[in-house]
Amino acid sequence: MAAQVSCVVCEGKVVVPDSVLVGEILTCPDCGSDLEVTSLDPLKVEEAPEIQEDWGE
Amino acid sequence: MAQLRIAYTRLRVEEKLLFEAATRLGIPVAADDVEDRSWPGIEADPGDVVLCRCIGQTHNIALAQLLESRGIRTINCSSVIALCGDKVTTAAVLSRAGVPQPEYMVAFSPEGAVEAAEKMGYPVVFKPPVGSWGRLLAKVDCRETAEAVAEHKSHLGPSHSVYFLQKYVEKGGYDVRVTLVNGEPVTAIRRKSEHWITNTARGGVPEGLSVTDEMASILRRTYEAVGGDILAVDLFLGPDGWLVNEINGQPEFRSSITTTGVDLPGLILKHAQSCLEAQR
Repeated sequence: MAAQVSCVVCEGKVVVPDSVLVGEILTCPDCGSDLEVTSLDPLKVEEAPEIQEDWGE
Repeated sequence: MAQLRIAYTRLRVEEKLLFEAATRLGIPVAADDVEDRSWPGIEADPGDVVLCRCIGQTHNIALAQLLESRGIRTINCSSVIALCGDKVTTAAVLSRAGVPQPEYMVAFSPEGAVEAAEKMGYPVVFKPPVGSWGRLLAKVDCRETAEAVAEHKSHLGPSHSVYFLQKYVEKGGYDVRVTLVNGEPVTAIRRKSEHWITNTARGGVPEGLSVTDEMASILRRTYEAVGGDILAVDLFLGPDGWLVNEINGQPEFRSSITTTGVDLPGLILKHAQSCLEAQR
Protein backbone atom coordinates (compact mmCIF):
# COMPACT_ATOMS: atom_id res chain seq x y z
CA MET A 1 0.00 0.00 0.00
CA ALA A 2 1.36 3.39 -1.00
CA ALA A 3 2.59 5.61 1.83
CA GLN A 4 0.70 8.74 2.86
CA VAL A 5 1.68 11.98 4.52
CA SER A 6 -0.43 14.72 6.01
CA CYS A 7 -0.57 17.98 4.10
CA VAL A 8 1.22 20.64 6.17
CA VAL A 9 -1.36 23.21 5.07
CA CYS A 10 -4.73 21.44 5.47
CA GLU A 11 -3.83 18.07 7.04
CA GLY A 12 -5.39 16.27 4.08
CA LYS A 13 -4.02 12.87 3.12
CA VAL A 14 -1.44 12.93 0.32
CA VAL A 15 -0.51 9.65 -1.36
CA VAL A 16 3.23 9.28 -1.91
CA PRO A 17 4.35 7.18 -4.89
CA ASP A 18 6.81 4.35 -4.19
CA SER A 19 9.32 5.96 -6.56
CA VAL A 20 9.34 9.31 -4.76
CA LEU A 21 12.67 11.09 -4.33
CA VAL A 22 13.83 13.97 -2.14
CA GLY A 23 13.14 17.28 -3.85
CA GLU A 24 10.04 16.03 -5.64
CA ILE A 25 6.84 18.07 -5.53
CA LEU A 26 3.52 16.52 -4.52
CA THR A 27 0.18 18.27 -4.78
CA CYS A 28 -2.38 17.96 -2.01
CA PRO A 29 -5.65 16.72 -3.54
CA ASP A 30 -7.69 18.54 -0.89
CA CYS A 31 -6.27 22.08 -0.88
CA GLY A 32 -4.03 22.09 -3.97
CA SER A 33 -0.90 23.10 -2.08
CA ASP A 34 2.45 22.12 -3.55
CA LEU A 35 4.47 20.08 -1.07
CA GLU A 36 8.19 19.37 -1.36
CA VAL A 37 9.50 16.01 -0.17
CA THR A 38 12.36 16.87 2.19
CA SER A 39 13.09 13.44 3.69
CA LEU A 40 12.32 9.82 2.83
CA ASP A 41 13.11 8.18 6.16
CA PRO A 42 11.21 9.45 7.97
CA LEU A 43 8.91 10.66 5.19
CA LYS A 44 8.54 14.43 5.51
CA VAL A 45 7.09 17.19 3.36
CA GLU A 46 7.18 20.96 3.63
CA GLU A 47 5.25 23.64 1.81
CA ALA A 48 7.11 24.15 -1.47
CA PRO A 49 8.72 27.56 -1.96
CA GLU A 50 7.07 30.09 -4.23
CA ILE A 51 8.37 30.33 -7.79
CA GLN A 52 11.37 32.66 -7.92
CA GLU A 53 12.08 35.19 -10.61
CA ASP A 54 15.02 33.27 -12.08
CA TRP A 55 13.46 29.81 -12.03
CA GLY A 56 13.16 27.80 -15.16
CA GLU A 57 15.09 27.01 -18.26
CA MET B 1 36.81 6.97 -8.87
CA ALA B 2 35.51 9.70 -11.16
CA GLN B 3 31.78 9.59 -11.68
CA LEU B 4 28.81 11.25 -13.23
CA ARG B 5 26.67 13.36 -10.90
CA ILE B 6 23.39 15.23 -11.21
CA ALA B 7 23.05 18.24 -8.92
CA TYR B 8 19.61 19.72 -8.38
CA THR B 9 17.51 21.79 -6.01
CA ARG B 10 14.05 20.65 -7.04
CA LEU B 11 13.26 17.37 -8.68
CA ARG B 12 11.35 18.28 -11.83
CA VAL B 13 10.12 15.77 -14.40
CA GLU B 14 13.37 16.26 -16.30
CA GLU B 15 15.59 15.24 -13.39
CA LYS B 16 13.45 12.18 -12.73
CA LEU B 17 13.69 11.24 -16.40
CA LEU B 18 17.47 11.58 -16.25
CA PHE B 19 17.66 9.28 -13.22
CA GLU B 20 15.30 6.77 -14.88
CA ALA B 21 17.43 6.82 -18.04
CA ALA B 22 20.58 6.24 -15.99
CA THR B 23 19.02 3.16 -14.42
CA ARG B 24 17.75 1.91 -17.78
CA LEU B 25 21.10 2.41 -19.50
CA GLY B 26 23.17 1.11 -16.61
CA ILE B 27 25.06 4.40 -16.26
CA PRO B 28 26.06 5.00 -12.62
CA VAL B 29 24.92 8.45 -11.49
CA ALA B 30 25.15 10.12 -8.08
CA ALA B 31 22.17 12.28 -7.09
CA ASP B 32 23.10 15.48 -5.26
CA ASP B 33 20.24 17.49 -3.78
CA VAL B 34 22.21 20.67 -3.05
CA GLU B 35 19.36 22.88 -1.86
CA ASP B 36 20.34 22.84 1.81
CA ARG B 37 24.03 22.14 1.29
CA SER B 38 26.96 24.54 1.29
CA TRP B 39 30.22 24.89 -0.58
CA PRO B 40 32.84 23.43 -0.18
CA GLY B 41 30.86 20.60 1.39
CA ILE B 42 29.29 19.48 -1.88
CA GLU B 43 30.87 16.19 -2.92
CA ALA B 44 32.48 16.23 -6.34
CA ASP B 45 36.08 15.66 -7.29
CA PRO B 46 38.26 16.56 -10.24
CA GLY B 47 37.52 14.05 -12.96
CA ASP B 48 33.80 13.98 -12.15
CA VAL B 49 31.24 15.31 -14.58
CA VAL B 50 28.30 17.16 -13.04
CA LEU B 51 25.02 17.87 -14.77
CA CYS B 52 23.97 21.18 -13.20
CA ARG B 53 20.19 21.07 -12.90
CA CYS B 54 19.27 23.63 -10.23
CA ILE B 55 15.88 25.11 -11.01
CA GLY B 56 17.08 28.64 -10.24
CA GLN B 57 19.46 30.09 -12.77
CA THR B 58 21.39 32.09 -10.16
CA HIS B 59 21.95 28.93 -8.16
CA ASN B 60 22.93 26.96 -11.23
CA ILE B 61 25.54 29.49 -12.35
CA ALA B 62 27.01 29.73 -8.84
CA LEU B 63 27.17 25.96 -8.47
CA ALA B 64 28.77 25.48 -11.88
CA GLN B 65 31.35 28.19 -11.18
CA LEU B 66 32.29 26.62 -7.86
CA LEU B 67 32.56 23.13 -9.33
CA GLU B 68 34.71 24.48 -12.15
CA SER B 69 37.00 26.10 -9.56
CA ARG B 70 37.72 22.55 -8.38
CA GLY B 71 38.54 21.46 -11.92
CA ILE B 72 35.26 19.66 -12.44
CA ARG B 73 33.63 19.35 -15.85
CA THR B 74 30.13 20.87 -15.73
CA ILE B 75 27.19 20.42 -18.09
CA ASN B 76 26.47 23.08 -19.10
CA CYS B 77 29.47 25.14 -18.06
CA SER B 78 28.73 28.29 -16.08
CA SER B 79 29.53 30.67 -18.93
CA VAL B 80 27.00 29.00 -21.24
CA ILE B 81 24.29 29.00 -18.56
CA ALA B 82 24.97 32.69 -17.88
CA LEU B 83 25.08 33.61 -21.55
CA CYS B 84 21.80 31.89 -22.34
CA GLY B 85 20.15 33.07 -19.14
CA ASP B 86 20.51 36.74 -19.98
CA LYS B 87 18.67 37.91 -23.08
CA VAL B 88 20.89 40.96 -23.50
CA THR B 89 24.02 38.78 -23.46
CA THR B 90 22.43 36.28 -25.83
CA ALA B 91 21.43 39.02 -28.26
CA ALA B 92 24.91 40.54 -28.13
CA VAL B 93 26.61 37.19 -28.79
CA LEU B 94 24.26 36.39 -31.66
CA SER B 95 24.80 39.87 -33.13
CA ARG B 96 28.55 39.45 -32.97
CA ALA B 97 28.27 36.11 -34.76
CA GLY B 98 25.83 37.48 -37.34
CA VAL B 99 23.11 34.98 -36.41
CA PRO B 100 19.66 36.23 -37.49
CA GLN B 101 17.42 37.23 -34.58
CA PRO B 102 14.42 39.52 -34.09
CA GLU B 103 15.30 43.21 -34.18
CA TYR B 104 16.06 44.40 -30.65
CA MET B 105 16.97 47.49 -28.69
CA VAL B 106 18.30 47.89 -25.15
CA ALA B 107 17.61 50.96 -22.99
CA PHE B 108 18.83 52.06 -19.59
CA SER B 109 15.99 54.19 -18.29
CA PRO B 110 12.18 54.20 -18.56
CA GLU B 111 12.37 57.25 -20.83
CA GLY B 112 14.98 55.54 -22.99
CA ALA B 113 12.80 52.45 -23.22
CA VAL B 114 9.81 54.46 -24.45
CA GLU B 115 11.92 56.23 -27.04
CA ALA B 116 13.34 52.88 -28.16
CA ALA B 117 9.82 51.51 -28.59
CA GLU B 118 8.85 54.58 -30.62
CA LYS B 119 11.89 54.19 -32.87
CA MET B 120 11.37 50.47 -33.34
CA GLY B 121 7.68 50.79 -34.15
CA TYR B 122 4.83 48.93 -32.51
CA PRO B 123 4.12 46.26 -31.54
CA VAL B 124 7.21 45.59 -29.47
CA VAL B 125 7.80 43.07 -26.70
CA PHE B 126 9.36 44.10 -23.39
CA LYS B 127 11.27 41.15 -21.96
CA PRO B 128 13.06 40.96 -18.63
CA PRO B 129 16.72 40.18 -19.36
CA VAL B 130 16.50 37.24 -16.93
CA GLY B 131 13.37 35.15 -16.76
CA SER B 132 11.69 32.13 -18.26
CA TRP B 133 8.39 30.34 -18.68
CA GLY B 134 7.08 33.45 -20.43
CA ARG B 135 6.94 35.45 -17.20
CA LEU B 136 6.70 39.23 -17.23
CA LEU B 137 6.63 39.55 -21.00
CA ALA B 138 4.65 42.51 -22.26
CA LYS B 139 3.47 43.01 -25.83
CA VAL B 140 3.13 46.75 -26.27
CA ASP B 141 1.07 48.34 -29.03
CA CYS B 142 1.29 52.07 -28.32
CA ARG B 143 3.25 54.80 -26.56
CA GLU B 144 0.86 55.01 -23.62
CA THR B 145 1.32 51.33 -22.82
CA ALA B 146 5.08 51.58 -23.31
CA GLU B 147 5.17 54.40 -20.76
CA ALA B 148 3.14 52.35 -18.26
CA VAL B 149 5.19 49.17 -18.68
CA ALA B 150 8.48 51.07 -18.47
CA GLU B 151 7.37 52.85 -15.31
CA HIS B 152 6.25 49.62 -13.68
CA LYS B 153 9.56 47.97 -14.57
CA SER B 154 11.46 50.84 -12.98
CA HIS B 155 10.02 49.72 -9.63
CA LEU B 156 10.92 46.04 -9.98
CA GLY B 157 14.53 46.30 -8.86
CA PRO B 158 17.96 46.41 -10.44
CA SER B 159 17.52 43.33 -12.61
CA HIS B 160 14.76 45.16 -14.49
CA SER B 161 16.72 48.39 -14.92
CA VAL B 162 18.03 47.23 -18.28
CA TYR B 163 15.14 47.35 -20.75
CA PHE B 164 15.26 44.69 -23.45
CA LEU B 165 12.84 45.33 -26.30
CA GLN B 166 12.25 43.02 -29.22
CA LYS B 167 10.33 43.82 -32.36
CA TYR B 168 7.19 41.68 -32.30
CA VAL B 169 7.40 38.93 -34.91
CA GLU B 170 4.23 37.69 -36.60
CA LYS B 171 5.16 34.03 -36.36
CA GLY B 172 2.00 32.39 -37.58
CA GLY B 173 0.82 31.13 -34.20
CA TYR B 174 3.82 28.93 -33.45
CA ASP B 175 7.48 28.84 -32.65
CA VAL B 176 9.95 25.98 -32.91
CA ARG B 177 12.03 24.48 -30.13
CA VAL B 178 15.09 22.48 -31.16
CA THR B 179 17.20 20.71 -28.57
CA LEU B 180 20.88 20.25 -29.35
CA VAL B 181 23.07 17.69 -27.63
CA ASN B 182 26.76 18.29 -28.27
CA GLY B 183 25.78 20.58 -31.13
CA GLU B 184 23.55 18.06 -32.90
CA PRO B 185 19.83 18.75 -33.28
CA VAL B 186 18.16 15.72 -31.69
CA THR B 187 14.57 16.89 -31.24
CA ALA B 188 12.46 19.56 -32.88
CA ILE B 189 8.93 20.53 -31.92
CA ARG B 190 6.48 23.15 -33.05
CA ARG B 191 4.66 24.92 -30.19
CA LYS B 192 1.29 26.23 -31.28
CA SER B 193 -0.88 28.65 -29.41
CA GLU B 194 -3.60 31.16 -30.07
CA HIS B 195 -1.82 33.34 -27.51
CA TRP B 196 1.24 35.23 -28.70
CA ILE B 197 3.26 33.54 -25.91
CA THR B 198 3.85 29.99 -27.14
CA ASN B 199 5.85 28.49 -24.24
CA THR B 200 4.51 25.07 -23.31
CA ALA B 201 4.73 26.25 -19.69
CA ARG B 202 2.05 28.74 -20.73
CA GLY B 203 -0.19 26.37 -22.63
CA GLY B 204 1.52 26.11 -26.03
CA VAL B 205 0.66 22.77 -27.65
CA PRO B 206 3.72 20.85 -28.89
CA GLU B 207 4.00 18.65 -31.95
CA GLY B 208 7.04 17.03 -33.57
CA LEU B 209 8.59 18.23 -36.81
CA SER B 210 11.70 17.68 -38.92
CA VAL B 211 14.70 19.99 -39.02
CA THR B 212 15.03 21.56 -42.47
CA ASP B 213 18.37 22.46 -44.05
CA GLU B 214 17.72 26.14 -43.39
CA MET B 215 16.97 25.43 -39.73
CA ALA B 216 20.07 23.23 -39.47
CA SER B 217 22.18 26.07 -40.85
CA ILE B 218 21.06 28.65 -38.29
CA LEU B 219 21.33 26.06 -35.50
CA ARG B 220 24.91 25.27 -36.51
CA ARG B 221 25.82 28.95 -36.47
CA THR B 222 24.13 29.36 -33.10
CA TYR B 223 26.06 26.45 -31.63
CA GLU B 224 29.33 27.83 -33.01
CA ALA B 225 28.58 31.16 -31.32
CA VAL B 226 27.42 29.80 -27.97
CA GLY B 227 28.91 26.35 -27.44
CA GLY B 228 27.42 24.20 -24.71
CA ASP B 229 26.62 20.54 -24.24
CA ILE B 230 22.84 20.90 -24.13
CA LEU B 231 20.98 23.80 -25.66
CA ALA B 232 17.34 24.41 -26.45
CA VAL B 233 17.03 26.95 -29.25
CA ASP B 234 13.72 28.71 -29.86
CA LEU B 235 13.16 29.78 -33.46
CA PHE B 236 10.64 32.04 -35.18
CA LEU B 237 9.94 31.88 -38.89
CA GLY B 238 9.94 35.53 -39.92
CA PRO B 239 9.17 36.98 -43.36
CA ASP B 240 12.82 36.59 -44.40
CA GLY B 241 13.61 33.24 -42.79
CA TRP B 242 14.38 31.70 -39.42
CA LEU B 243 15.32 33.85 -36.45
CA VAL B 244 16.77 32.76 -33.11
CA ASN B 245 14.43 34.11 -30.46
CA GLU B 246 16.02 32.66 -27.33
CA ILE B 247 18.50 30.01 -26.25
CA ASN B 248 18.03 27.97 -23.10
CA GLY B 249 21.15 26.77 -21.33
CA GLN B 250 19.45 24.69 -18.64
CA PRO B 251 16.61 23.35 -20.72
CA GLU B 252 13.46 21.57 -19.72
CA PHE B 253 12.65 18.92 -22.26
CA ARG B 254 9.60 16.91 -21.25
CA SER B 255 7.51 18.26 -24.17
CA SER B 256 10.23 17.32 -26.64
CA ILE B 257 10.08 13.67 -25.60
CA THR B 258 6.36 13.03 -25.68
CA THR B 259 5.99 14.55 -29.14
CA THR B 260 9.05 13.05 -30.85
CA GLY B 261 9.59 9.72 -29.07
CA VAL B 262 13.30 10.53 -28.87
CA ASP B 263 15.08 9.29 -25.74
CA LEU B 264 16.41 12.74 -24.96
CA PRO B 265 17.42 11.98 -21.35
CA GLY B 266 19.27 8.92 -22.62
CA LEU B 267 21.12 10.98 -25.22
CA ILE B 268 22.06 13.57 -22.60
CA LEU B 269 23.37 10.90 -20.26
CA LYS B 270 25.32 9.14 -23.00
CA HIS B 271 26.93 12.46 -23.90
CA ALA B 272 27.76 13.12 -20.24
CA GLN B 273 29.20 9.62 -19.99
CA SER B 274 31.40 10.26 -23.02
CA CYS B 275 32.63 13.48 -21.36
CA LEU B 276 33.48 11.43 -18.29
CA GLU B 277 35.39 8.83 -20.30
CA ALA B 278 37.24 11.55 -22.21
CA GLN B 279 38.69 12.78 -18.95
CA ARG B 280 40.06 9.42 -17.88
